[in-house]
Amino acid sequence: METTTLKNKEVLSTVLQEISGAEAVIKILLEEGVDTVFGYPGGAIMPVYDALYGYREQLKHVLTRHEQGATHAAQGYARVSGKVGVCFATSGPGATNLITGLADAMIDSTPLVCITGQVHSSLLGTDAFQETDVVGISMPVTKWNCQVTSAKDLEKVLAKAFYVARSGRPGPVLVDITKDAQFELFEYNYKSCTKVRSYIPKPRLDLSQLVFAADLINQAKKPLVLVGQGVLLAEAETELKIFLEKIGAPAAWTLLGLSALPSDHYLNVGMLGMHGNYAPNIKTNECDVLIAIGMRFDDRVTGDLKRYAKQAKVVHLEIDPAEINKNVYAHAPVLGDAKESLKALTELLVPNEHDTWLNSFRLLEEEEKKQVITPQLHPNEGELLMAEVVRRVSEATLHDAVLVTDVGQHQMVASRYFKFKNSKNSVTSGGLGTMGFALPAALGAKMAKPKQTVVAFIGDGGFQMTLQELGTIQQENLAVKIIILNNNYLGMVRQWQELFFERRYSETNISSPNFVALAGAYGIRGQRVNERVNLDEAITEMLEHDGAYLLEVMVKKEGNVFPMIETGSSVSEIRLS
Amino acid sequence: MQRFTISVFTEDFIGLLNRVSIVFTRRHLNIESITASESEVKGVHRYTIVLRTTEEQVQKVVKQLERLVDVLKAFYHANDDTIYQEIALYKLNTDAFSSGNAEMIVRQHHARILSVTKDYTVIEKTGHKEDTQALFTDLETIGVLEFARSGRVSITKPMKSLATYLNELEALN
Repeated sequence: METTTLKNKEVLSTVLQEISGAEAVIKILLEEGVDTVFGYPGGAIMPVYDALYGYREQLKHVLTRHEQGATHAAQGYARVSGKVGVCFATSGPGATNLITGLADAMIDSTPLVCITGQVHSSLLGTDAFQETDVVGISMPVTKWNCQVTSAKDLEKVLAKAFYVARSGRPGPVLVDITKDAQFELFEYNYKSCTKVRSYIPKPRLDLSQLVFAADLINQAKKPLVLVGQGVLLAEAETELKIFLEKIGAPAAWTLLGLSALPSDHYLNVGMLGMHGNYAPNIKTNECDVLIAIGMRFDDRVTGDLKRYAKQAKVVHLEIDPAEINKNVYAHAPVLGDAKESLKALTELLVPNEHDTWLNSFRLLEEEEKKQVITPQLHPNEGELLMAEVVRRVSEATLHDAVLVTDVGQHQMVASRYFKFKNSKNSVTSGGLGTMGFALPAALGAKMAKPKQTVVAFIGDGGFQMTLQELGTIQQENLAVKIIILNNNYLGMVRQWQELFFERRYSETNISSPNFVALAGAYGIRGQRVNERVNLDEAITEMLEHDGAYLLEVMVKKEGNVFPMIETGSSVSEIRLS
Repeated sequence: MQRFTISVFTEDFIGLLNRVSIVFTRRHLNIESITASESEVKGVHRYTIVLRTTEEQVQKVVKQLERLVDVLKAFYHANDDTIYQEIALYKLNTDAFSSGNAEMIVRQHHARILSVTKDYTVIEKTGHKEDTQALFTDLETIGVLEFARSGRVSITKPMKSLATYLNELEALN
């Protein structure tokens, strides 16, 4: 009897062209242009995985070894491709394991759509097996989230999810789908979303704002441009270059603005902030007009706000109205998408040159070179330094690799010294500072750009936070080049202990497994370098090897990253040693 | 520090109250009162939130509220810009109520008697917090068994209607 009913149901649904909620999820992903999903199956998301099985030729799924890895991989994928990164996870622990990645994507404006399974809707709120209130938990770390308890709502919710994630200032979205909604049959008729009435992704350009900003810039004698990730997200690299060259203004970048402007561009004056370059930090407090593009004046960039660019008129090009005047008062806010704003603004500008002003940057740059950069990049003796490894890898990849970094000293060193020709070639965890980010993010980046060399610089501490993703790299056969800069310390914390806590090295001494043997256990080739003489050859072998490679370099144990702006100091108080 | 009324107009979705309140908790701001209700536009809900803070903070909070995907519009107003009201209910022992100078108190405060039973009497008073508090202080001499005060409901003095704002939003989208 039951089988007959089931059969009748099947016949009926075929006639009505009904499909399950789970199958609709897969079909919607395909319609939204998704080709890769990172995830981990479990009880409450099983119907979706079952549906995926039928579409496995069209939709590539990457099985990470932990849900956190899935989010970071999706972030790496999104950051280099400009597309939405997609994750699947089950309810309960699967869902809670997404939180770090969601928080990271939220603060770094990375578009993600995470789909979680949830217990049957009749069990909601009953402490059912693997039930957790993931919509509640993820609320502060998502741009938008929603729970779906009926398949009929799936199309609308997922369409909105993709639209919200990728439009305006991008961000992570989570959609939680109860198991019964995944099983439920309904008539599928998908339309993507182009509008949400309560949400304005891109503010319209306001001519009066543009004119006011242009006046300030045209009158500027000492303009300084700050380039943030907004330029990359808006794909405004060309517009940025035209803008800069027209006014001849020096441009410095935030950590996430890295690679928007080629490293060798004559107006590129380096990195801002705590471990940024000497000149742009000092000159921030000397410029007369500060032009911030798609950046949010993070405290690591500004140092003491009370003494930050007080002499300057601030022009702030920004897509998110909530960022205007949040940390730094903008005399001339320009709301809008960076691409549109830059284009319109440039038209109002008078061609200009600021050679004397630019030369004043060069003088400080020389000083930094003499005191910091040259000894770091070209040491003749002593222990290996992080900076020289970064320089040699950058040179060996012809400055055209995707750089993925974890968090800590190596991240600052790599961001300072790695060179870029092309945009979107740097992936790092900026706002959240998530150790363990790099290994999964690198595999995601490699999935997005399989033909490009992807190098991941990771510290010995951060690597041990997500090293299980070596398994994913093995299974997917991804040629990620992993470089562990090992100083046997949690280096950045140790540096602070040295400078600010009287060298009381509390819990920063960290031991490591035999990383090369560990990689070997995953079938990944590798070697360890202790001596300078062996470095070049090892890098060549790593890059020439057809497949993933782990290069462990033993670097100076108590090396410090300089320059440095101490917490509470002003940007102009940046110290070289 | 000053008292502000924030009006948040939102879609009618589950969980939005949580999203709205997170904006305040993230900045360590204490909400004095919050009232959720329908608005004059069908399908649009409004939250009326009262708190004490600086104008700079309240400006930033309002921008962060407007950034929420399902929030249509958010405003803040100082007390002078709004007409507002609260309601309070007081439960007293009927014996105590009839033996004391309750009549005088009720008259002086222009309060209403809502319900009288053998055991208890319930009094209602609408007004600003100071008014309802003053009645509470006077009734305490008789003994208050139970006291409850609502959050603020508030109407703004400027004449621009919500529908106009919604139309503007529509035009921008």
